Amino acid sequence: MRVMVKEGLFTDGAPPALLGSRCDACGAHHFPRHDTCPYCSTEDPVPVELSRTGELWSWTAVTAPPPGYAGETPYGVGVVELPEGIRVISRLTESDPAQLSLGCPMELQVVPLHTDADGNDVITFAFAPRSAS
Amino acid sequence: MKRVVITGVGMHPFGRFEGVSTTDMGVQAVRAALKQAEVGRGGFQAAFCGTAYGGVATGHKVLSRLGMTGMPIVDVEAGCASGGAALMLAAGAIRAGQYDTVLVFGTEKMPKGIIRSTFFEPWQEEAGLAATPAFFGLRAHRLSINSGVTKAHLAQVVVKNRRHGSSNPDAMYQKEISAEEVLASRVVCEPLHLFMLCSPNEGAAAVVLTRDDLAGPSGLVPINLAGAVLRSHLPGAVLSESTPLSGLVDDSVPSPSTLAATAAFAEAGLGPDDLDVVECQDTDAARELLSYEELGLCEPGGSAALLESGATAMGGRLPVNPSGGLLSKGEPLGASALGQVVELVRQLRGECGARQVDGARVALSHTVGRGANAGVVVLTR
Repeated sequence: MRVMVKEGLFTDGAPPALLGSRCDACGAHHFPRHDTCPYCSTEDPVPVELSRTGELWSWTAVTAPPPGYAGETPYGVGVVELPEGIRVISRLTESDPAQLSLGCPMELQVVPLHTDADGNDVITFAFAPRSAS
Repeated sequence: MKRVVITGVGMHPFGRFEGVSTTDMGVQAVRAALKQAEVGRGGFQAAFCGTAYGGVATGHKVLSRLGMTGMPIVDVEAGCASGGAALMLAAGAIRAGQYDTVLVFGTEKMPKGIIRSTFFEPWQEEAGLAATPAFFGLRAHRLSINSGVTKAHLAQVVVKNRRHGSSNPDAMYQKEISAEEVLASRVVCEPLHLFMLCSPNEGAAAVVLTRDDLAGPSGLVPINLAGAVLRSHLPGAVLSESTPLSGLVDDSVPSPSTLAATAAFAEAGLGPDDLDVVECQDTDAARELLSYEELGLCEPGGSAALLESGATAMGGRLPVNPSGGLLSKGEPLGASALGQVVELVRQLRGECGARQVDGARVALSHTVGRGANAGVVVLTR
């Protein structure tokens, strides 16, 4: 079975989307969804789906498995700027930092992470360079 | 308001010590500090113990061994800034007149390898988004974009601090290292190589604080605790030590280190230009350079130039991490901030021998980490 690493973070549709929220009081967007705006403490921000595309702002790759991680290494980690005015931390599909560049257009994907003890295929969100998608 | 002075300091070296417990190390550091301050049983009215991994009642276990209990003993956890947080609480209580003399110590035995933190949710670990060095790498990469920091600069920080640490008997690594060796070590998270990251480890440090009018007649110069401040993060910076999953496209959000430094300078009535010596958080080589900018030691974007000028090396205008920093000492979370304070007290007293910063009169200690928590302490003689 295909299971999300955590429910409520992203949709598994075609195309997928990150599940965020927007504060109507201050206009800020959040990821993941918040029940209180961290920027102005207003309660009950509006649930929204965030833009699927953005620009790469920082990136690296993890070369050895950190504690609690059972997926492949190396794997990419980066920060992507979305048009909503937020920067999101995400896995990247590209694990060679030399292949990426500042401001590179990125697109959201859903990718396999690992197979868990019950035989489920665990999936998560990741950003991919648009030219490669 | 009462003024606060430091009358005694003590250390258990930082490193790896098989068969030595968290309590054993704390006992050694506390004994040394109390002896130096000429404070005995009943001579302090409260104790604050910084620790993140020590477990329940770490401070009580240390003071029980010494037969010195009955007063309030409070463990303080503020990640990498735990010791700074303990110092702030102690200083505040003395200034307010609640206590005359307070014992502050930190003791820690860290698990080996990448620090596993209960701070992250299990799914973040499973998704590979709880890798602490990845956040350091992302931050280092931004420093390369904003401040022109290269791998050569990062290696230079390591070479500098390991050279400083080579004459510190309390450091884990007391051997110098070359830039070639640093750059030949394996890449952990670009642009960071293994030797650009500090080792989580073990150790303890202790400090005795007292009201300045009660400082004893000992031959040691009392060191003034001119400022001791802890701050947490403001939301918005995606690469903040609070490690959020998102932040704003807004680079004007001040970091917790800047908030703490600004407040500590105000408390002390001093500024960055008054400093003679600094101990700052060098969890990774880029973190030291970022600290230069956040603490106001240089303009934003000026950290690489400040390093290149030689100002922050021993013999320069403002030596940073004369102890060797965390890159030489390693990082026992609860003890690291107080380890910096012990070093700076010794620097201000002129006790540091080969690594002495000549004529040092004003010193700053800086720790920052998970939470986020940032602690800044200003000391004067």
